[in-house]
Amino acid sequence: MHRLFDNRNTLGLLFMLPAAALLLVFLTYPLGLGVWLGFTDAKVGRPGEWVGLENYVYLWGDSVTRLALFNTLLYTVVASVLKFFLGLWLAILLNQHLPFKSFFRAAILLPYIVPTALSAIAFWWIFDAQFSIISWVLTKFGLIDRYIDFLGDPWNARWSVIAANVWRGVPFVAITLLAGLQTISPSLYEAAAIDGASGWQRFWHVTLPLLTPIIAVVMTFSVLFTFTDFQLIYVITRGGPLNSTHLMATLSFQRAIPGGALGEGAAIAIAMVPFLLAAILFSYFGLQRRAWQQGATDR
Amino acid sequence: MTTPATDSRGMGYLESLPRRAVMVYLPLGVFVFVLLFPFYWMAVTTFKPNAELLSREGNPFWVIEPTLAHIEKLLFQTSYPQWMWNTVVVSVVSTFTSLAASVLAAYAIERLRFRGAKQTGLAIFLAYLVPPSILFIPLATIVFKLGLFDTRWALILTYPTFLVPFCTWLLMGYFRTIPYELEECALIDGASRWQILVKIILPLAVPGLISAGIFAFTLSWNEFIYALTFISSSEVKTVPVGVVTELVEGDVYHWGSLMAGALLGSLPVAILYSFFVEHYVSGMTGAVKE
Repeated sequence: MHRLFDNRNTLGLLFMLPAAALLLVFLTYPLGLGVWLGFTDAKVGRPGEWVGLENYVYLWGDSVTRLALFNTLLYTVVASVLKFFLGLWLAILLNQHLPFKSFFRAAILLPYIVPTALSAIAFWWIFDAQFSIISWVLTKFGLIDRYIDFLGDPWNARWSVIAANVWRGVPFVAITLLAGLQTISPSLYEAAAIDGASGWQRFWHVTLPLLTPIIAVVMTFSVLFTFTDFQLIYVITRGGPLNSTHLMATLSFQRAIPGGALGEGAAIAIAMVPFLLAAILFSYFGLQRRAWQQGATDR
Repeated sequence: MTTPATDSRGMGYLESLPRRAVMVYLPLGVFVFVLLFPFYWMAVTTFKPNAELLSREGNPFWVIEPTLAHIEKLLFQTSYPQWMWNTVVVSVVSTFTSLAASVLAAYAIERLRFRGAKQTGLAIFLAYLVPPSILFIPLATIVFKLGLFDTRWALILTYPTFLVPFCTWLLMGYFRTIPYELEECALIDGASRWQILVKIILPLAVPGLISAGIFAFTLSWNEFIYALTFISSSEVKTVPVGVVTELVEGDVYHWGSLMAGALLGSLPVAILYSFFVEHYVSGMTGAVKE
């Protein structure tokens, strides 16, 4: 008996058991079940029959689903680009010699750690049509004469939720990129300076190439979580006005849970998978090529 | 631009004070203001009487006659205290369950190196990338079949789907930094693997355990889509879901109590975070860097 527990394979399997059981039952199995549900006409309280690609054919012709796909792509691309540039900028600012640096770093991460559903309510209030503080300030400065209808107009609503998403995502990008910046040795900058490189050239030829691997990882996470975002939209607009802010995730929820069409909802959710895989593969191969160009000695 | 000679001290090009003010302090100030303003706004709204909230006169950035009416309403006329308790129970239990499972898994993958350990590690990482918004529909049917619908168990058992991959991945990184020699010595002295894990590895991995624990706790506290889907009775709801679904009544929004609910629901994680900032940051960056 004692001998058996010293065998690394037996013991390894034993140690893996709790985690593996949890993940197989509540992650792997539901993932497969989700794929299956997407091919059925399951409703709440009624197991579905196999209908083949019917859900997907229907969704492809459904104007709301197409709009949701467009919204999701717009939301992901615009928010990710903004998060990247603002996050990188903030990381560079925080990498300077500053008084109260650790205070700044701690304060900046707050939007990321408080519950998104709750900060989204604050944004809902900030974007209120009658009492918006943004409108109040702009009116005081005489920049506008009527309060902005942030969430009532389709394009205003899209930009508003993108702004809220960027607000929530910038701290994560900034703090992880800051960790990357801190690993770059100052002697590299000194060497570049001796060679006569300007500040911009040092950023472009020293900072950026060394930061690329971590940028790729951070932005992959950022894109994945933006593409599958649910809370912000659900709380601030519920997909409105006129479905103009519905994302794939919120539409899938609406069709499946209040709407009861589990099969259709699952099909919308599964339709997100190819996009996620594409993002992961893009970053994986982008990263590989980069590592190879740099000689890839460290891994 | 600047000449190389004046430039040899690293970021020297930002040294002159007026220039530094414009290039560093001004943008940094704007960033901090924008990132923190919603919290300030939450707090101000929480203590504002309704008359001030609904008036466009005066200075909205300050409270003239602070009131506790909104907080009082929240604590005594809604199920808010119950939601708070539910959130605490669900977060604590799922965090500790996940930590225990993750410690064993990470040790097995990183140190026992059983056959297939490498592939298992990769699978754990891939599990980390599966977003909840893809899983919630099939999970809802499973939760229903298991008879867990509308119970706290539904959340306690499903939260590990995102906590275990994250914690395992993080702890694998920590275990990797502990020298093998320590373990070899203990093995020669006749210690069993279990003794090694409990008496040598775990004490050395305490910072990693704190990072993983804090992070897991915040993730559970903030979870929304599962709690929204699997729970329907008010007595079982968590804070984020309770505030969003129950405090919004009809067309008149009670902004005061909504903001009070958001503020009080954010405070526990914010306070916990303020005590463990370094652990939190190293958990976040560690999970990305590996």
